[in-house]
Amino acid sequence: MISQTTLLDPTAELQPIERQLLPRLSELAGATIGLLDISKPRGKEFLDEIEKHLLKLGAKVKRYTKPTFARVAPTELSQQISVECDAVIEGLAD
Amino acid sequence: MPTSYTLVIKKDCPTCALIEPLIGELAARCDGRLSVYVQDDPDYPPSYPDRIDDTSLEFSYRNQIEIVPTLIRQTQGSDDVSRIIGWDKVQWREFTGIGDLGADLIDFKPGCGSKTQDPGMDELLALKFGDTQFNARQVQVSESQDIMEACFERGWSDGLPVVPPTPLRVMRMLGGTDRSPAEIVGQVPPDKVDCSIEKLAINAVMAGCKPEYFPTVIAAVEAALQDRFCMHGLLCTTYFSTPVLIVNGPVSREIGMNSGVNALGQGNRANATIGRALQLIIRNIGGGIPGGIDRAAMGNPGKYSYCFAEDESDSDWNTLAMDRGFEREESVVSLFAGDGLQPIVDQKSRTPQSLAKSMALSLRGIVHAKLYGLADAILVVSPEHRRVFRQGGWSKEDLRSALHAELVTPGADLIRGANDVAEGMPAGFKDKLLNKFRDDGLHIVTTGGKAGMFSAIISGWVATGERGSQIVSQKIL
Repeated sequence: MISQTTLLDPTAELQPIERQLLPRLSELAGATIGLLDISKPRGKEFLDEIEKHLLKLGAKVKRYTKPTFARVAPTELSQQISVECDAVIEGLAD
Repeated sequence: MPTSYTLVIKKDCPTCALIEPLIGELAARCDGRLSVYVQDDPDYPPSYPDRIDDTSLEFSYRNQIEIVPTLIRQTQGSDDVSRIIGWDKVQWREFTGIGDLGADLIDFKPGCGSKTQDPGMDELLALKFGDTQFNARQVQVSESQDIMEACFERGWSDGLPVVPPTPLRVMRMLGGTDRSPAEIVGQVPPDKVDCSIEKLAINAVMAGCKPEYFPTVIAAVEAALQDRFCMHGLLCTTYFSTPVLIVNGPVSREIGMNSGVNALGQGNRANATIGRALQLIIRNIGGGIPGGIDRAAMGNPGKYSYCFAEDESDSDWNTLAMDRGFEREESVVSLFAGDGLQPIVDQKSRTPQSLAKSMALSLRGIVHAKLYGLADAILVVSPEHRRVFRQGGWSKEDLRSALHAELVTPGADLIRGANDVAEGMPAGFKDKLLNKFRDDGLHIVTTGGKAGMFSAIISGWVATGERGSQIVSQKIL
């Protein structure tokens, strides 16, 4: 007879819900693309370049900025972007 | 109404041996309405075959037996239950109504401790016979598996062995606090999951904590969850930093924390395991896995544990907790987002003025000698350096003021390109005077051994103030 030792699970016992990607955009022309600057150095320059390319492809661009890169985006900002944009590009830079 | 008796004894008790000859007589006089429970040897006493085996201690636990022998009397059909303990001839005669009971025995002999009172037995019996329910999932590990390896394989470890969190150990840990195991302390980042006292206890066990450390662990977690500490960002950063725990007040001495020789080093269980417990909680409950959400480029060895107590032996020197608004007699844990330790060697200064300038020179170098206002810091003053200030008539506040004055620098020396170094402050600061630290950005503590004119700097995360992390303090309850 082999005995067993009971241990208590130290984790949060999360069962991650598998999330499906949203449908991809079929074309950029006419789409509104959000550009989110997370407030790291040179983020603006990086996103300026992306904006130029997007405008050439016929997309509309809206710019957003996180108050600080060190913290998660405020819920209001996430909601604003989700309402105003078809897709978002986050500018991680340094 | 008939009266029945219950006697609880153990073989390893001289008082039980003394009264053994009375058991048969007592049984006869109450028409056999006597139950004799034996805690340690089912074959004892040989003179009374109707004894009941209580080596499981279930009866003794459920009836809160503390001393053997215990004699319990119950009148049937009535709620009248009473008990006596040990041997007291007059009391036994009155209790049993047998006027000549134990005529050959001495008058008095105190009893012995019940087996239920053996060290550690209370939690063991509570687990077996009590109504404790754990909410955590129970994981079964077969005897054929190495239990230490089983913990590693499940990803529960920081890389060092953990103490397997058995229900008994967790129950003992929970005995270190009055708080309910089900109480939710808050949401632990990065997964933002509700975290119960029970889950904290499981991780404190694994870290190697004693139950008496547990209130400090709980307070450390509550501090980490304060919004101004920004634990989520601190965990995710590519930078080196991690929570540094500084414990103040009576608790630090009561639980034997080290604030002397090698205070920031290895070798003290409380220092080592309290800091480790917080790290395991972030890892296991919050999901902060290195290489996953934890993106540190290099990290630092303090991410195993970074915890020490302040030396509070000098009543003229305000503690860190007092600087944060607490009283000297309050027990408090403070958390600072910091990284490696930078030594300050000064074996020559004999005046406060010289030593303060000396320390300021070293403080300028944290993060980068040309980057100002970017990171907070803790200056860790050694006892020998503290003596120099005391002998010179300086208080801690005098030191702080002198440091701030010394750390003001013309922007022209700091801007990008100045002194042929590209790194530095933006050009717009050229004509300004800059302070190395923001207001409330330089903290001073004292700890360490009595020999060595070495102090130290714990440099902070480069996301500081409201945009990042600020020092937090939490009272230990």
